[in-house]
Amino acid sequence: MTVADVAIVGGGIAGCSAALHLRQRGASVVLLERKSCGSEASGVNYGGVRQQGRHPAELPLARRSRALWSKLESLVGTDCEFSVSGHLKLARSDSEYEELNTYAAHAETHGLSLKLIPAEQIRRTYPWLSNDVVGGSLCAEDGHANPRLVAPAVMCAARHCGADVCERVTVTRVEHRNGTFVTTLSDGQHVQSRGLINAAGAWAFHISAAFGEPVPEDVMAPNMCVTEPIPHFIWPNLGVCGGDIYIRQIERGNVIFGGGEGIADRDAIRSYPQSAVTATAIRAAVSLVPDLANTQVIRTWSGIEGVMPDGLPVVGRSRTTPGLVHTFGFSGHGFQLGLGVGAVASELVLDGGTDTEIDELSIGRFDQLDVAASGNA
Amino acid sequence: MHHASRKWHGNTDWCRRMKPPSIVIVGAGPAGIRAAETIIQAGYRPTVVDEGDQCGGQIYRQPPSGIRRSPKALYGFEAQKASNLHESFASILDAIDYRPASTVWDASENKLCVLSESGTKDVHWDRLILATGAMDRVIPFKGWTQPGVFTLGGSQVALKGQACAIGECPVFVGTGPLLYLVAYQYLLAGVRPKAVLDTSPPKAQRRAIVGLMRGGRTFLKGLLYIAQLKRAGVRIASGIRPLAANIGEDGSVSNFSWLDHSGEMRSAICDSIAVGFGLRSETQLADLCGVPFAYDKGQRQWLPAQDSAGRAEDIEGIYFAGDGAGVKGADAAELLGRRAAHALLLDLGHAESGRLLANINRRIQRMSTFRHALDRVAFPFPHRLAAAIDDATILCRCEGVAAGELRRIGKELGATEVNRAKAFCRVGMGRCQGRVCGEIAAEVLAECLDVSIEKVGRIRGQAPVKPISMRAFAEASKS
Ligand SMILES: Cc1cc2nc3c(=O)[nH]c(=O)nc-3n(C[C@H](O)[C@H](O)[C@H](O)COP(=O)(O)OP(=O)(O)OC[C@H]3O[C@@H](n4cnc5c(N)ncnc54)[C@H](O)[C@@H]3O)c2cc1C
Ligand SMILES: Cc1cc2nc3c(=O)[nH]c(=O)nc-3n(C[C@H](O)[C@H](O)[C@H](O)COP(=O)(O)OP(=O)(O)OC[C@H]3O[C@@H](n4cnc5c(N)ncnc54)[C@H](O)[C@@H]3O)c2cc1C
Repeated sequence: MTVADVAIVGGGIAGCSAALHLRQRGASVVLLERKSCGSEASGVNYGGVRQQGRHPAELPLARRSRALWSKLESLVGTDCEFSVSGHLKLARSDSEYEELNTYAAHAETHGLSLKLIPAEQIRRTYPWLSNDVVGGSLCAEDGHANPRLVAPAVMCAARHCGADVCERVTVTRVEHRNGTFVTTLSDGQHVQSRGLINAAGAWAFHISAAFGEPVPEDVMAPNMCVTEPIPHFIWPNLGVCGGDIYIRQIERGNVIFGGGEGIADRDAIRSYPQSAVTATAIRAAVSLVPDLANTQVIRTWSGIEGVMPDGLPVVGRSRTTPGLVHTFGFSGHGFQLGLGVGAVASELVLDGGTDTEIDELSIGRFDQLDVAASGNA
Repeated sequence: MHHASRKWHGNTDWCRRMKPPSIVIVGAGPAGIRAAETIIQAGYRPTVVDEGDQCGGQIYRQPPSGIRRSPKALYGFEAQKASNLHESFASILDAIDYRPASTVWDASENKLCVLSESGTKDVHWDRLILATGAMDRVIPFKGWTQPGVFTLGGSQVALKGQACAIGECPVFVGTGPLLYLVAYQYLLAGVRPKAVLDTSPPKAQRRAIVGLMRGGRTFLKGLLYIAQLKRAGVRIASGIRPLAANIGEDGSVSNFSWLDHSGEMRSAICDSIAVGFGLRSETQLADLCGVPFAYDKGQRQWLPAQDSAGRAEDIEGIYFAGDGAGVKGADAAELLGRRAAHALLLDLGHAESGRLLANINRRIQRMSTFRHALDRVAFPFPHRLAAAIDDATILCRCEGVAAGELRRIGKELGATEVNRAKAFCRVGMGRCQGRVCGEIAAEVLAECLDVSIEKVGRIRGQAPVKPISMRAFAEASKS
């Protein structure tokens, strides 16, 4: 039997960051991961570190997280290829440009400043963009990073600070008895802890349900493509209104893009891109950046991500069980949030609260729902 | 979707609906052609998809129209077999739906994605024969990525497909029967190789002699190649260890150095190097279809699991033929093509195929003693050489990853499995998707972590099977 202050289920970016932040506060931590840290959504995502376009309810968390991205190198000893390239969101119609305008005004109230770029300036600054683009909005402090490196690097830092990281163990049962959590593992071992963080990604609903909090967590599988390396010319991380295509180019030259969805088989823990979706994404990429027609796609992939019906994550304390904190259901945009989520989770479990505004992300918002009818049953 | 656990039921109920099953064959090499022929004889019209402009596969590859060389000049001893095969194919052209110059870039439940000049199309299948053949195996050494270094198969393709040589004084390095064959073909074409350097110890070749004798004619041909090469004054050595391809002032290969079997350093001046350490099966389509894989200790490769008639394990309706699911050579490929077709026909209710299957299996059995002696005993894949490549040597040329970097990732970051190592250091992440370096990376990782080769796993297949042009997709949508 292992005893710790806090046990964390799930070694994605959220769980790894929580482990690191808990160690920084001196709490003893056991991090439990079924495969290797960062082998699910956190390791295979697109790599967008983007605040622009987020729902206002998660902007405070995104802001907090962004501050941590700036400190990543000092936190974990490597920059994980994090590049502050800017995120340029593009409009392909006047009404979309209007949308960008409205959003920018709102973002300003959260301290996020966006710069609107009209058509003629787009042509001058980004001559490689299609003429379909009528304007854009640039968030200079957004960017992208290599997802394959981040969660493992944060895990290594946490381990270095004394976290007990257990990989290749599956949590098979969780209970709360007399004020302590007893977590049972696939190898028959048990972990006893005062606090428990549910950071189990697309599988987190099992754990919330075990504590009497069933939620309609569904899955999604963004369809991803990467090209062979070509000379670097796309410097910002690109998105569009409508979200049908997103594109970034890494320093090595490979262009990574996504659009549409593959297939997630949550029970088999496997995901696949879909060829028809890949074909559509290729066309969308070429129609946004015509020069991409001259390159080749060398690989496609997907990943399994938990999705909530309102597209917002669950981040907050359990309503049934003291000491339990939920962080899951990031609905396709938790990579950027992950570092901040870990920090917030550490505060929730140690202090019972946090200064970061997360009220609208509470699990309580699903209290009235008939979960069996709407989700994962 | 690729639910490996679920059996896919092809349209076994087609009889009831009176719609013939759609039978698709990938590959128009010896295996694919013989499979197509057999299927046609039973009254079906198969679709044959092949990347090449013309049929023939690797061994019986045809030159582009415009280049005229006699079959004898192109295929040597195999001229008759080549002509037979090409003629067979010509005679069935009307009876098949032939799709040349078409690459299958993805495969899933009863569907292939086929890319050609006119864009990508889905081809539905009820029964699928994978006859995808093999590719060269290379073990990296210092300088192998420099201009002037070719794969052995590539140097043969240059000769057969384009009627040109890789250089005027090439050195042939590696192991396996193809090494001598290609060197001999160069000699026939008027290019005298500078040296033929075999990493297999001479002892192994002597030990294999009994098994080799069973190969009869094939064995004698091999001896003849070596004798002819020697007579022409070509330096032949075995038990060597490659050191480096050295670069001259013009930026291209000027010299090759190696350790001879007593450990002495040797070198030869040359203008090109052909490297081949045997062949590996092209297995990605099987992987994308969700067929389970098992490690084959003899070939030192993960291969799709199949029963004794070439039926894929777990996934109904998929059959394997030829070198694509274990390298057995061109003669066996023709038989394996027929075998897969008969297994398929049997499954469709053609009882007479059962008897023929048994017959074919006996003939394949007879060949395998020879093949075993050839591949496993005389010319085993030198995996220790692969595991020992030095730290500074580039292992993954697409991504420029040196062996030392992989070892560091394995030890320091605990990447004990190849896909994890790929995620951290990009090994196998480039254009070839690990088809060239994946198995070598596994050897290096297993050795440096001191675990079994099975334990480090294999690089998972991901679509596309080969790089796909984005233009082809964009243009197709316009038309
Ligand atoms: C293809 C793709 C593209 C994306 N692109 C972006 C993007 O550009 N920007 C962005 O911000 N977000 C993006 N996302 C979303 C982002 O990747 C996720 O929101 C984020 O990684 C979630 O992190 P996590 O730690 O909550 O979950 P995960 O990374 O999924 O980690 C959960 C972990 O829990 C483990 N686990 C589950 N159950 C158990 C159990 N019972 N026992 C032990 N371990 C268990 C799992 O093995 C897993 O490792 C993308 C997602 C995908 C799939
Ligand atoms: C470069 C090379 C040279 C060789 N030379 C000789 C030789 O001289 N003598 C000898 O005895 N053996 C030789 N071999 C071995 C020989 O290839 C085989 O024993 C024999 O050709 C096997 O026949 P097959 O039908 O199984 O495969 P192949 O003849 O290789 O035919 C496979 C066919 O499938 C096609 N294909 C594969 N993947 C796809 C895809 N995704 N989409 C569409 N089409 C696809 C290929 O283009 C090819 O035409 C050579 C092998 C290689 C790789």
